[in-house]
Amino acid sequence: MAEGPFSPEEQQRFDSALAEILTHYPPDRKEAAMMPALRLLQAIKGWLPPEGMALVAQRLGTSKERAYEVATFYVMFHTEKPGKHVIDVCTNLSCSLWGAEKLLQHIERRIGLRAGESNPKFTLRETECLASCGTAPCLQINEEHHESLSPAKVDEILSGLD
Amino acid sequence: MPTDAVEKVITRNWGKAGSHTLDGYKQNGGYQALKKALGMKPQDVLDEVKKSNLRGRGGAGFPTGAKWGFVPKDSPKPTYLAVNADESEPGTFKDRYILEYDPHMMIEGIAITAYALPRCNVAYIYIRGEFKKQAEICQRALDEAYAAGLLGKKVMGSDFSLDVWLVRGAGAYICGEETALLESLEGKKGWPRLKPPFPAVVGLFGAPTIINNVETLASVPAIVERGAAWYAGLGTEKSGGTRLICLSGAVNRPGVYEISLKTTIRELIFDPELGQGMPDGRSVKAVIPGGSSAPVLSADEIDVALEFEALKNKGTMAGSGGVIVMDDATCMVRSLWRVARFYAEESCGQCTPCREGTPWQTRILRKIEEGRGVKGDVEQLLNVAAAIAPYPPIGLGNTICALGDAAALPTHSFVAKFRAEFDAHIDQKKCPYGDRPWGHFGGGRA
Repeated sequence: MAEGPFSPEEQQRFDSALAEILTHYPPDRKEAAMMPALRLLQAIKGWLPPEGMALVAQRLGTSKERAYEVATFYVMFHTEKPGKHVIDVCTNLSCSLWGAEKLLQHIERRIGLRAGESNPKFTLRETECLASCGTAPCLQINEEHHESLSPAKVDEILSGLD
Repeated sequence: MPTDAVEKVITRNWGKAGSHTLDGYKQNGGYQALKKALGMKPQDVLDEVKKSNLRGRGGAGFPTGAKWGFVPKDSPKPTYLAVNADESEPGTFKDRYILEYDPHMMIEGIAITAYALPRCNVAYIYIRGEFKKQAEICQRALDEAYAAGLLGKKVMGSDFSLDVWLVRGAGAYICGEETALLESLEGKKGWPRLKPPFPAVVGLFGAPTIINNVETLASVPAIVERGAAWYAGLGTEKSGGTRLICLSGAVNRPGVYEISLKTTIRELIFDPELGQGMPDGRSVKAVIPGGSSAPVLSADEIDVALEFEALKNKGTMAGSGGVIVMDDATCMVRSLWRVARFYAEESCGQCTPCREGTPWQTRILRKIEEGRGVKGDVEQLLNVAAAIAPYPPIGLGNTICALGDAAALPTHSFVAKFRAEFDAHIDQKKCPYGDRPWGHFGGGRA
């Protein structure tokens, strides 16, 4: 795979992990492994680059279009390269009752991005309920969960990011 | 203490050291029920669950034993068990803690359930993508169970084999809908399937499939161990056991509480052992009793038990157990806008009424909230909602799945019960709550 998405080391990691994942499914249902395969690709590359999508499709015996159909349906899959830190702020009802809208405004001012925007360091998104309503408001940064937040607590978390 | 305090079934190990490990679970009596079940006939296990009056804890409240009974007895195909751990209904956060504090209780429930079903040797746990920590804890628990011979070939030395695989979602509310979950498990986008056929007959990979919620399965070991009569006796006539309730919003002590099905919403909010009342003398304006899809109740309707039939009689539903409390200084238009926005974001796009109607609702609500509303907007909002799903009663949606109903019910009920607030926004050409639409909590946590 000279023109593939991976270094030889990454290629090996991808192949061995995918081989294990495929044992979870009936042999004639390789395509079912699409979700874990895309997650694996994103874990290695940080996003879903086109040549990686082609490789996933090829390994699962399906088309690249099919792989994109799945990838673009789910918000946690990034078909475009996001900022280094993806910040997902919940603004659903329970979090808003505990000040999520103001928390989001605070983050927007601090990092200079509006929700929905990206720069090389950050992607900021308003996200939907993270099932943490008893410890509202909450957000996730690169899938790490933070709860019972205040602006001061968020400042502390953000200053810890490189 | 609540007057009707019950024995804890699901949460009994929470807070104990190592409750999420196999050792911890076994110290608390874990896997005795599986041992007992393996000595019974599968049909007898199923009958026991039927008699227990266990009802599904994911939202629909369907009797669990009856659901299992729909799997054809003789079929050339295997049966699959799919565990719905895609907890996403706004206001709901109970399964998160079961997965975190006591994953083995669910795993034991999975093993017993698979044993009770005909030809079931593979289960998939579909866990929402955002539950990274919970997925890690759950995977470790599965690994422990395999290593101890509680899963895999010859479970506990019996002739029964079971593989359990964990699959992570990737951020799509719709995948909590059981047929969308199956589509996602098959590696596709989460578009719900038209029913019938029901999944118990044609489900995953075209084979019979039972889909059960995490809490539902975690209830099974106690039923097998202590008997259907005991479990049924904990509940009401038509629904057995206890219930996990997720309390959030304007209360002093939000959290997950295991309560008797006789507990009322008022008790839940004000009991010193439960919600501990509201801050700073605030009073209740409204309560959503079963996740954000459930029609809202006004302050004079909260002396109702958090039980399937009682809530149904009030024109709403027990749903997923997510109770969201709004205080007297909360703007109902802004609240509904937040809820409507969610359904617009999460509509899968398959059915026109939902795909077009949910963003339309959101646009009208935003316009009213921002003071740009005009006479007729509320009527149009109701028309749009009725085109997605009329109400009452619940369940008349014009869409393949219940997301349409879920998106329309809040609109119908908020407007019916708080119409004056919508009109005040339009008359005053602004939100009467100004820049503090969230009452006491507008400033976030201290």
